[in-house]
Amino acid sequence: MTSLAPAAQPAPAPANPLAVAWARLWRSRRLVERNILVYRHQWIIIFSGVFEPIFYLIAIGFGIGGIVGNVPPQFVEGREISYLAFAAPALLATAAMNGAVFETIFNVFFKLNYAKTYDGVLATPMGITEIALGEMLWALFRAALYAVAMFVIMLVLGLILSPWGLLIIPAALLVAAAFAAAGLAGTSYLRTVNDFDVPMGLIVMPMFLFSGTFFPIEVYPEPVQWLVQLTPLYHAINLIRGLSLGMVGLPQLWDFIYLVAFFAICLTLAMRQMEKRLIK
Amino acid sequence: MTVIAASGRVWHRNWLVYRRLWHRSLAFGFLQPVLFLTAMGLGLGAIIPQDADAFGGFEYVVWLGPGLLAAMAMQTATFESTYPIMNKIMWGRNYEAMLSTPLQIRNIVWGELGWSAFRIGSLAVVFLVVLFLFGVPRSPMAVLAIPFTILIGLAFSSCLIAFTATQKNDVGFSAVFRFVINPLFLFSGTFFPLTQLPDGLQLVAWATPLFHGVELVRGSILGTLDPLAAVLHLAYLLTMFAIGTWLAERTLTRRMAG
Repeated sequence: MTSLAPAAQPAPAPANPLAVAWARLWRSRRLVERNILVYRHQWIIIFSGVFEPIFYLIAIGFGIGGIVGNVPPQFVEGREISYLAFAAPALLATAAMNGAVFETIFNVFFKLNYAKTYDGVLATPMGITEIALGEMLWALFRAALYAVAMFVIMLVLGLILSPWGLLIIPAALLVAAAFAAAGLAGTSYLRTVNDFDVPMGLIVMPMFLFSGTFFPIEVYPEPVQWLVQLTPLYHAINLIRGLSLGMVGLPQLWDFIYLVAFFAICLTLAMRQMEKRLIK
Repeated sequence: MTVIAASGRVWHRNWLVYRRLWHRSLAFGFLQPVLFLTAMGLGLGAIIPQDADAFGGFEYVVWLGPGLLAAMAMQTATFESTYPIMNKIMWGRNYEAMLSTPLQIRNIVWGELGWSAFRIGSLAVVFLVVLFLFGVPRSPMAVLAIPFTILIGLAFSSCLIAFTATQKNDVGFSAVFRFVINPLFLFSGTFFPLTQLPDGLQLVAWATPLFHGVELVRGSILGTLDPLAAVLHLAYLLTMFAIGTWLAERTLTRRMAG
């Protein structure tokens, strides 16, 4: 094992770093192809996830929305926004997050620790970078599937209230990329299946509940609001909700910058961690 | 060995494994309702109009809390009866080893169900403590919520063990989680009263098991339980438990023979 891994690193790089990056990204498609082959017989695992945000939309959007009616106007710039239109873009953002983290946490953990898939991959011309990029691209596809499904439903139900809504899908891809990188970085710290409690129970679930998904964070006391504003899901929701409701301004620019920076940091960390785990 | 004593051995095996994890499991069992009640109960409750009589005159967090307890029982039972059981059937092959001793299929099924009851009962106690911290219980009958919660867990555990024993891999679990458990979680009167649903869907929801569990648990904690309705809800869940156990013994027998 030890003798194999370093030999699997690509040959010394040509001068242009952009060309190297592209070559690696292009080579990482092989891992995506591998995942497509594997999931051909297990497509229900991925496909069933499409329905999760839709069930939430029906239950919370219609069930609770029927009681709430419109969101209290002081939370949405004094406008008349139905609760359904308020919750839907947040559910799209969380669907993008879930698609990305389910893939990079559960499935990567399994391949890393039990199936030892990557030890095999490293015996080919693919290196750590290609593995990390390949898994992230694959997670991105899964997240995109969920985001697009949700987008179509919002479109059909007339829940996209502004032409800015055209940018929802690219924004959702950014969100998915950020969470895919974060998931990949986090998974490398997990040792047993019991450790899933930590990322899911202490990070993903609380973010899902508290990031303004189902109600505006302005209902919290100030210090709690600040705390929520530190989390990536808050910015994902704020960005996508802003685009959907047509409330786009400096805060959304700030959300965008936050997500790009978060993505860059997590990507660097993910590469370093994967290298630590795979090259022993 | 009597049936009970032999089943106790299976239960005890699970306890030995769980001993290292119980403090963690209970910590999450405490944290989860705290998070849910703070976010959904208080946060979402803040934008629900105060005069909404949809929640029987209760604040939203008070109305929601008991529903979440019932739903927790279903989710824990589901999780405990899928992957861990699958592991003991085919990945770790523990059942194969057990069956080479005087233990029989019935002991395995009863032992696992007893384990499920213990796990859910302990989580229910923790959950009830959280509900007290949020000032939810309105009646001393609230203690009845613990046996009711265990019954919900047993009803789901038995049916899911029966299902798991028929599966060749874990792919089917995703479908069950997404198409059965998650809709039940959302549409059984946990988060909003069923009267918000269209008439046709209401009838469907009334026919589902978690609805009966939610009614029992909420009714006992808020002191609004109608005795006649309670008998009906109990009969539904007990029947489901009996059928599930019978099926689980059959499917597991067939599986372990094949």
